[in-house]
Amino acid sequence: MSYYKIIHKTEYSYLHPVNLCYNEARLTPRTFAYQRCNDSEFVVEPEPWEYREREDFFGNTVYYFTIQQPHNQLTVTVTSYVAVESRQQKLAFSEYLAWETVHQQLHTDSDAETLEIRQYILNSPMVPTIPELHAYAQESFTAGRPLLAAVEDLSTRLYNDFTFDPGFTTIATPLSDVLKHRRGVCQDFAHLGIGCLRALGLPARYVSGYIETDPPPDQEPLTGADASHAWFSVYLPQLGWVDFDPTNNQMPTDRHITVAWGRDYADVTPLKGVVFGSGTHKLSVAVDCKRENL
Amino acid sequence: MQQSDTRDWKVIGDSYYAAVSANSLHGEQIDEMLSRDQQVNPHWSRFMQALNTIGLTEMESRHQEVQRLLRENGVTYVVHGEQHDHRPWELDPIPLIISNTDWDAISAGLTQRAELLNLILMDCYGEQRLIKDGLIPPEVVYAHAGFLRACVGLIPSGFPSLLSYATDLARGPDGRMWVLSDRTQAPAGASYALENRTALARALPNFFGEVGVHRLSSFFRSLQNSLFELPLQYQLGQSESATGIAQRQTHNPHIVVLTPGPLNETYFEHAYIANYLGYTLVQGDDLTVWDGRVWLKSIDGLQPVDVILRRVDDIFCDPLELRQDSRLGVAGLLEAIRHGNVVVVNPPGSGALENPSLMPFLPKIAKHLLGEDLHLPSVATWWCGEPKQRDYVLANLKTLVIKPTYRQPGSRPLFGSELSDAELDTLRTQIIAEPHLYVGQEYIHSSTTPSLIEGRLEPRRAVLRAFLFAEKDGYTVMPGGLTRCESETEELTVSIQNGGVSKDTWILAPEPEPHISLWQQRTGTNQTAEASGVLSSRAAENLFWVGRYAERAEGHARLLRIILDKVKMDKMGLETSQLGQIAPATPTTETLGEDTREVSELIYLRSMLRSLTGLTSSHPGFADKGEQSLESELLSIMLDTANSGSLVSTLQALLSAAYAVRDRWSTDTWRVMNRIEDLCTNLEKSVPEGRDVVEAGAHSPYTDLVLQEAELASLDQLMIFLSALSGLNSENMTQTVGWISLDMGRRIERSLLLIVLCRSSLVAVQDEWIEDLLLESVLAAAESLITYRRRYRSELHFPTALELLLLDEDNPRSLLYQLKRLEVHIRVLPREKRRYRLSEEEQLILEALTQLQLSNTIELAANSDRTTQRTGLEKLLVRLAQILIDISDVLTQTYFSHVQRPQQLTTTDSF
Repeated sequence: MSYYKIIHKTEYSYLHPVNLCYNEARLTPRTFAYQRCNDSEFVVEPEPWEYREREDFFGNTVYYFTIQQPHNQLTVTVTSYVAVESRQQKLAFSEYLAWETVHQQLHTDSDAETLEIRQYILNSPMVPTIPELHAYAQESFTAGRPLLAAVEDLSTRLYNDFTFDPGFTTIATPLSDVLKHRRGVCQDFAHLGIGCLRALGLPARYVSGYIETDPPPDQEPLTGADASHAWFSVYLPQLGWVDFDPTNNQMPTDRHITVAWGRDYADVTPLKGVVFGSGTHKLSVAVDCKRENL
Repeated sequence: MQQSDTRDWKVIGDSYYAAVSANSLHGEQIDEMLSRDQQVNPHWSRFMQALNTIGLTEMESRHQEVQRLLRENGVTYVVHGEQHDHRPWELDPIPLIISNTDWDAISAGLTQRAELLNLILMDCYGEQRLIKDGLIPPEVVYAHAGFLRACVGLIPSGFPSLLSYATDLARGPDGRMWVLSDRTQAPAGASYALENRTALARALPNFFGEVGVHRLSSFFRSLQNSLFELPLQYQLGQSESATGIAQRQTHNPHIVVLTPGPLNETYFEHAYIANYLGYTLVQGDDLTVWDGRVWLKSIDGLQPVDVILRRVDDIFCDPLELRQDSRLGVAGLLEAIRHGNVVVVNPPGSGALENPSLMPFLPKIAKHLLGEDLHLPSVATWWCGEPKQRDYVLANLKTLVIKPTYRQPGSRPLFGSELSDAELDTLRTQIIAEPHLYVGQEYIHSSTTPSLIEGRLEPRRAVLRAFLFAEKDGYTVMPGGLTRCESETEELTVSIQNGGVSKDTWILAPEPEPHISLWQQRTGTNQTAEASGVLSSRAAENLFWVGRYAERAEGHARLLRIILDKVKMDKMGLETSQLGQIAPATPTTETLGEDTREVSELIYLRSMLRSLTGLTSSHPGFADKGEQSLESELLSIMLDTANSGSLVSTLQALLSAAYAVRDRWSTDTWRVMNRIEDLCTNLEKSVPEGRDVVEAGAHSPYTDLVLQEAELASLDQLMIFLSALSGLNSENMTQTVGWISLDMGRRIERSLLLIVLCRSSLVAVQDEWIEDLLLESVLAAAESLITYRRRYRSELHFPTALELLLLDEDNPRSLLYQLKRLEVHIRVLPREKRRYRLSEEEQLILEALTQLQLSNTIELAANSDRTTQRTGLEKLLVRLAQILIDISDVLTQTYFSHVQRPQQLTTTDSF
């Protein structure tokens, strides 16, 4: 078990005062089989007029707040304490079903879980159908290949074929552009992986979270540690969801902290808002994710 | 009712029999009126008898009457996105008639379907048992863009979700009614049905008595009652944060109609229903969420809103959680619904039911949930998400109707029979790529019904939209509906957007029904007047501008007429001064030669034209060019839509502002507006060939100016309409804040016009002779000439005239009169009580009044120091104009513009 203290600070500075704002944050780490969120504290400045927590469709915690007084700056600081259980380092891929078999099962089984999972095969707002994705995916999904082996291969190819380039894309960059120019950031790579799997009729979802900022002495630092991170997950009937991080070419073990999951980025946007006021805003984000020795 | 002699009814021509018999030979559609053996069906016979009695010629003239009534009531339908393209509503005077017993069965089917859909909706956004139990394939729901994940859990379980429901029905060759599609987000059409009935009841009064028709008002009454009771039913205000207001809102809820605005295709209906039911018509940015509640930004400050009857589509309802670029919704609305602080009808997310791929599964779901068979079948539908059904659709593409499961705005169903081979191939590829997004539906040969086409009865296919609303104990069906007919026999779709014609729908009543007034007392509840008296800031602002534009148009038209008259008379060599007869000819004039006289005329004309330019803000206009391009400039000032100061532009602005508060006008007022609109359209069209607005001046000096009599007549007419509008405004509007806003607009505009007129004509020192002419024209333009003449019966005297124009408190056209009225209005505007300080607008009007009243007309008129200008007059007028503009700005900031545009916060923070 590894323990982390995560401080995620988002700051908006406005040129002109904003009188009113409505926001939704998905910044509270989830609790599930491999992870427990022991505490998560929201500090919003200026102090929100009202706030509420609820669970969204995917079970993520949503923190809704409004500010109803003129302000030039909005700061949201979330401090979380999370315990992460190490996932199996290496699954024996060959023991798992061939990807075609999984595909077949998902489309014929009619238990409640399979039916629910099937929505992750469908397109989602940020991952539309792109014919080239299907072609790209097929190289990894050769006939009879065990699903996990194929996905790992896909994830590795994404890592090798695409350049990590923070300046190249924004949230609004369509996936087809990422594919064309072969560069992007973690959320683009996650979307690519999801798009490839769905093109083959397999369920995939988007995971947002953090990775450890400072590596243990014997390990390399990970890319994407100074902000929110993202990766993707694929579903296997016997095993459930299995995560892959194409940005770092690895399967998350105990250095990835899961915050939220959904069909794509749009479902789990860390912080979004509608503000009433004029002028532009500047954004700065800082994440500090440190292992705590208990 | 015996049917023996129906063959003798001349109204049913041979061609009608022939057409119906041809249809039935092909085994296709049946006719609503004629049975298969060519007899008039019993439930039609009373109507046909009555029709036979008056004859088709008379019916045609009643038809014209109907169209005129609809037009005068302003019933329109906006063609997609075109601001000024309000298509007049077409109503065929021959109704669709349905027998009482037939309707009972249809109603039962409709009610069952509504109940079923409600349960499905609640389940989709709740437990999703239907998916888990395998009754609905997950893709049917999850792949449908109308299923909004943000809305899951929005309505606490156990509360009905589908409050308002409409569905399109067609009668198939088997005589049964089939459901073509469901409307569940914000069903449109109920008001049009009501308006159709109203118009027909006036045009065919005796028919209703003879035939015996169910009234529609009971439906609207129960709609009103249901909306009123919703807060109680939903236990609104029970959440921890709102307990204090629970009492108020459940006993006297504030209900608003949320419209996307005047550009929406059915805006007429939104305004109509708001007006008819007595609710406030609002747009998204009139509302704000504050403390988890929805509030209306009204001129009295924020007013809580309890129920929203929305006509904004699901995804536009909340830019925070739904479509982020929406300007039509309210940020935080979903959260306010979750708090249990507002009921939205229908709740956002209801569009999940507008999904034809649900149809194949309804019979099984009905069995499962209700233990019943579907009373009312859906048109045969194959969902391509299931391989067998997909194969069937692909094999029968040519004969089926293909629809995407999610209806995009403007998208139409595709008729396989209409498509070319290439188009069919494209469609096939699309379906194979994403099969779960398509359905194939059987093409229903819907029944024909008699329609009046060019004075003859012809069979036309019809589709009926039926309306339901949830009451406490179940659904109420409107005993009638909106029938639409194809306009051409070949058309495959029957829709208003594609040029169809509407019909009233008569459900025969077994016995006469009493008239139901919407004003009857609700049992046990007492609604106070307060709730419906709320005026949104937007409405107040629009009313203010209606006042300003109406006044501006009036002043503009009056001045134009004076100038045109003058030009015309000059041409005819007539004496132009009406006072000339009693005023002794001045020596100057007599001794002047003809040439000099003409020069003076020019100075006068130029001065008047300068007034016109100032008044219409169409600089440079006459201010620089002089009379050189007089005709082109006059034409431009009247007719040029590109000139924002032109008369036509002002009228358009007036009409837009008036349309935006459509719900505030009486029928009579709207009729006047319609006349103004007609006139405006005619004026726009009247720019004759060879008299191009821009070019005309180049080759025609002003002496050749021939403005046609028709244009002068139009101006006269316009003056009459504007006066009628002004009269209706002052006599028929209740003198609440709405009227005050409008009248403040009028007073400010009238003051400003008068100031412009005085500044451009009276400030400069001229020859006495010219000054007299100018003074006379200014008096005429300010509608004060007759008063002056009657009161003074003498030659024009500058200080006296100035007194009458500026300082005469009894002259309703004087500046002082306007300012005093303005002061009265400003005093009663809602504001927080401040003990010692006047508000900004109060200070401003006080200053204006003081400045004006302290002035002395003899001093203002004097020109002792022989300068070219009356500087005292100029200074006073400039200052007063500035104050008035400031008042207008302060009013806008304080009372009107609570509307700020929202922005999205973007995050690009993950790597």
